[in-house]
Amino acid sequence: MAMTIDVQVVSTEGSIYEGVADMVVAPGEMGELGILPQHAPLLTRLRPGELRILHGAETEYLFVNGGILEIQPDRITVLADGAERAVDIDEAKAVAAKERAEALLAGHLDEMDYARAQGELLEQIARLRAIQRLRERGVLR
Amino acid sequence: MAHAKEIRGQIKSVKNTQKITRAMEMVAASKMRRAQERMRAARPYAEKIRKVLGHVANAHPEYNHPLLQVREVKKAGFIVVTTDRGLCGALNVNVLRALVLKMREFHDQGVAVQVAVMGGKGLGFIKRFGGKLVAEVSGLGDRPHLADMLGPIQVMAEAYAKGEVDVVYVVSSRFINTMLQKATVEQLLPVEKVDMPARQGMWDYIYEPEARPVLDHLLQRYIESVVYQGVVEHLACEQSARMVAMKSASDNAKRLIGDLQLAYNKARQAAITKEIAEISAGAAAV
Repeated sequence: MAMTIDVQVVSTEGSIYEGVADMVVAPGEMGELGILPQHAPLLTRLRPGELRILHGAETEYLFVNGGILEIQPDRITVLADGAERAVDIDEAKAVAAKERAEALLAGHLDEMDYARAQGELLEQIARLRAIQRLRERGVLR
Repeated sequence: MAHAKEIRGQIKSVKNTQKITRAMEMVAASKMRRAQERMRAARPYAEKIRKVLGHVANAHPEYNHPLLQVREVKKAGFIVVTTDRGLCGALNVNVLRALVLKMREFHDQGVAVQVAVMGGKGLGFIKRFGGKLVAEVSGLGDRPHLADMLGPIQVMAEAYAKGEVDVVYVVSSRFINTMLQKATVEQLLPVEKVDMPARQGMWDYIYEPEARPVLDHLLQRYIESVVYQGVVEHLACEQSARMVAMKSASDNAKRLIGDLQLAYNKARQAAITKEIAEISAGAAAV
């Protein structure tokens, strides 16, 4: 039997994905991580980006908006701050949110708001990039 | 026997009360559905993060995070979750009883206790009962936001990190089903270990980029998530407890109206009989 690893993706708004995978690719803080079964225990933060769960010929695409990744040899747990399935991403909304963040950054802001607007901008850019890449691969129309 | 008119007034007042309780019952029922959905949505994250931290507590980190240190218990902290409004049965009473029992236990062991309160009912109780209140937030509303709860959370986490408390509990109620809510006292800090039979001996995570920021982030999320879960769950409990309490109040009002109606009919008949007797007595005397 081929080796697989259990994957659970939960966000604060609920459980997003639960299943087994041959490999998971996650957007780690220090760069993209490819995780195979029997990986050594690892703990890292995630940056906003695309999470791919490969199982057989199928690939599930998720978008995570930052969070924490825990790896145990038999289990991957993704504690996302927010997550959505790729097919559910609303491009129009992401574009609008990005423009809003840019407009905020262009105006005068105190430090606190500046950091928040910047975070929001990074998140929307990552979201749009994920959409773009999915389109290139022909996953999305 | 009371006068018929008096009884009629009583019936009217009970009916008015019944209208209010019935309206509150329906409002609580619709709020309950939404509150339950929110609670169900928040549960998986809270459970998973608890598990992950249980693993972390089992590991032997190179970096000993202040929030992971287990110390001898000399001072204890509580985060108590209560409702802002009353009329929800024994919900708050049960939570506060659980708190008092635990506080008494600590008191007997000579452990000092401090309390952070969420919700107006708990605040009122602590003021009356006495106890060291360190933080409070009330008026969270039906859709609580994490940002509003951060005050008490920060106070307790900092107190733990500084060694002002050696253990932190969250006292709230667990939603079992609509009819049943159970008051619980859960340990928040230090993190309780999860049994991991598969992994024994010394092991540690690989941290990217480094242990400290990752653990900081993880613990921050953990505490927020556990307290948020407690509040959301308590809200679901509040609405269902209120619905049940208001339902039984409406039922009681119905029974009371029935009894009063019977008394009213009897009084009315008695008055008629008396009148007829008087008339016929008067006729006989002529």
